[in-house]
Order: sequence, then structure tokens, then C-alpha cells
Amino acid sequence: MNCGKCKTKAVISLPRHNAAFCKGCFTTFMHEQVARAIKSFKMFAPEDRILVAVSGGKDSLALWHILLTLGYRADALYVNLGIGAYSDESHRKVRHYADTVAAAHGAKLIVHVVEQEAGGGIRELATVLHRPTCSTCGTIKRYQFNRAAVEQDYDVMATGHNLDDEAARLLGNVLHWQDEYLEKQGPTLPASVEGFAKKVKPLCRLSEREIAAYAVVNRIDYIVEECPMAKGSKMILYKEVLNRLETESPGTKQRFYWGFLEKQNKPDVPKESMAEKDQRTLHPCQSCGQPTTADTCSYCKMMAKAKTATPR
Amino acid sequence: MIVQLSHPQRQVEIKGPKRTKELLRELNLVMEAHLVIRGDELVTEDEMLADADQVEIRPVISGG
Repeated sequence: MNCGKCKTKAVISLPRHNAAFCKGCFTTFMHEQVARAIKSFKMFAPEDRILVAVSGGKDSLALWHILLTLGYRADALYVNLGIGAYSDESHRKVRHYADTVAAAHGAKLIVHVVEQEAGGGIRELATVLHRPTCSTCGTIKRYQFNRAAVEQDYDVMATGHNLDDEAARLLGNVLHWQDEYLEKQGPTLPASVEGFAKKVKPLCRLSEREIAAYAVVNRIDYIVEECPMAKGSKMILYKEVLNRLETESPGTKQRFYWGFLEKQNKPDVPKESMAEKDQRTLHPCQSCGQPTTADTCSYCKMMAKAKTATPR
Repeated sequence: MIVQLSHPQRQVEIKGPKRTKELLRELNLVMEAHLVIRGDELVTEDEMLADADQVEIRPVISGG
């Protein structure tokens, strides 16, 4: 398989775009997709100071890498959650990237260690508080990232949420009709009140597979191992279901999430009822009198054709 | 060929030559949720993998 742009050997095919790319053209494609998201969702300007939430995983490190490569002023915050060897390894990966790549761009890494403030890691905290570990983790990360962004005067906080994250979250919210969460699913969340940082998701146009491929192609050393606390999570189940659908029908995830965003952005227009629409568009069939949108209804057309057709 | 898998970390031996997509199908894995890496280079689904190749199938789904 060859690259659709330069015709050299491809390293990845993207069925949802009906495209295949070599390393160089794939990297360019990824940068263009992020630049497009930043522009179309009014995320930030070239002079803005950005705080990237990094975890050591593919998404956040790829995001930091892309923003620095595109010339943005992006520092990062890592929250060490104290999950034993997993946190040690993810911390090491983030530190390695900060020292070997980000520092050369003049970017710095800020670290918050949960254990130092709370006296224990999130597993211990979750046990003491009788709360699920993932919800404890989410509360701590949201709080620390927001606090750091506000206190250190960053214009915006960026997270590595991707198309799969957003589509899976949307599926979960729709399955349970959690309308109040749907409003918060946009790629740009404003600093709505004093004390809230503006939050953006520049990877929202890209799938997890594309981001992982970008990390491999660009030699970004990320933690492949899954967080031990995430095993059996609903989000993973939703992602697996969506990936089955995507395999059978490429583009399903983007149509689902982007379609939702388009509907969300449409101004509210008074909705016509089904009865009103029927009264406006339907009239009697000139042949049988049943309601139809055409002069002759589909049934009468089909029967007329059947009577005149020659048997095979 | 030796195939490295994750979650949990393990190795399996698969008879080659075989195309990437056939390897994934044999292991009951979905392309959309995995990358196939030969040595340290990504390969597409139509690539032929040989017995001598070192192959890693890397999952891309994270808990989010």
C-alpha cells in the first residue's frame, strides 16, 4: 500500500478518510487536523500560554509534542497519583519527554504529587472515602489542573481527549439520557466563572489509533500499559463497541460525535410537529387517494410497473 | 514469527508468512483498536509478515 500523497510506502491506512500515508505525510496530516480543531473551535491564539495535562500516555504526550512542534507556548502539568509501579513508570516517561524534547522548546514540566498533599495515593484515598477509585482520581486531576492553570496565569488548559474518548462519553450519556452532561461535551469549555480555567481538547478530530501511530512514528516514548484501576471500566466497553461499528462502517465515530456537535451549535428553531409537517407535505395520490408526497404514490407506481413489465 | 501482545504482556508464535490483517483476524483482534509494529516500524494491514519478523501488536484503547 502506498501513500496517497507522495506515493512512497505507506505506514498507516485510515479507512474513515479513505486514505493511506507514509510517515512524513501522516505527521503533516495529524498537525493539520489539530490546527483545524484549534481554529474551528476557537481554542487559543498563537500568543496564548497553554497548560497541557499530561499523564505519560500516548494522547497527552502526543498533544504536548504537536503543540510544541506547531510553535505554541505549552508547559505541562503531571499529577502523580501514587498508583505504585504504574505511577513510577508514567512519571519517568513524562520526565524523560520533558528533559529530552520539551526543554529544547523552552517548555517546563510542573509536577504535583498526590501523596505529598493527601498523605496517600488515590487507592488509599478512595478506600478511606468509600468512593470509586476512578471518580476520586477524576476529582483530584480536575481540581489540580484547574488550580495550576488559574494560579499560574495560563490562558487555557489543554487535555488529550480524543475522538474515541468523546464518542464513548457521548454514547454513555445518551444511553442513560444524561442531558445535563451533554452540554459539557464540547471541545472548548469557556472559563464561565471566576476561578475556572478555559479548557480545550485539540485532539478531538483524531482517533486513538491515529494518535498512537503518531507517537510510534515520531518516537514518543509513552506508557503502553493500561492504568490498573481502569480494568473493566464502562468507557472501555463503549470504546470496544464503537470500534466494532467503526470496523464494519468506517467513519461511524466521527459521524456520531461531529454530528452531535453540529446539532449542538445550530440555533434553536421552532420545531414543526410531525402532524404539521405531514399536513404541509402530503396530498392524495391521483390514482388511489392515499397520502403521498408525489403525484402518484410509490405503491401505485410499483403496481403500474409490475403490470407492464415483461417476465424474465 | 514471534508476536508480542499486551494487556497482559505475553508472546505467541504464529506461522508465517501472513498478511497483517490475517494475523489480527487469527488472534481475534480488531484493526481499529490495534497497531501492528514490525521491529520498530508501523505496517499497514496488507503488509506480508515473515517467520523471521519480530512483531508487536499494540492495543490503543485507554480507559479515558
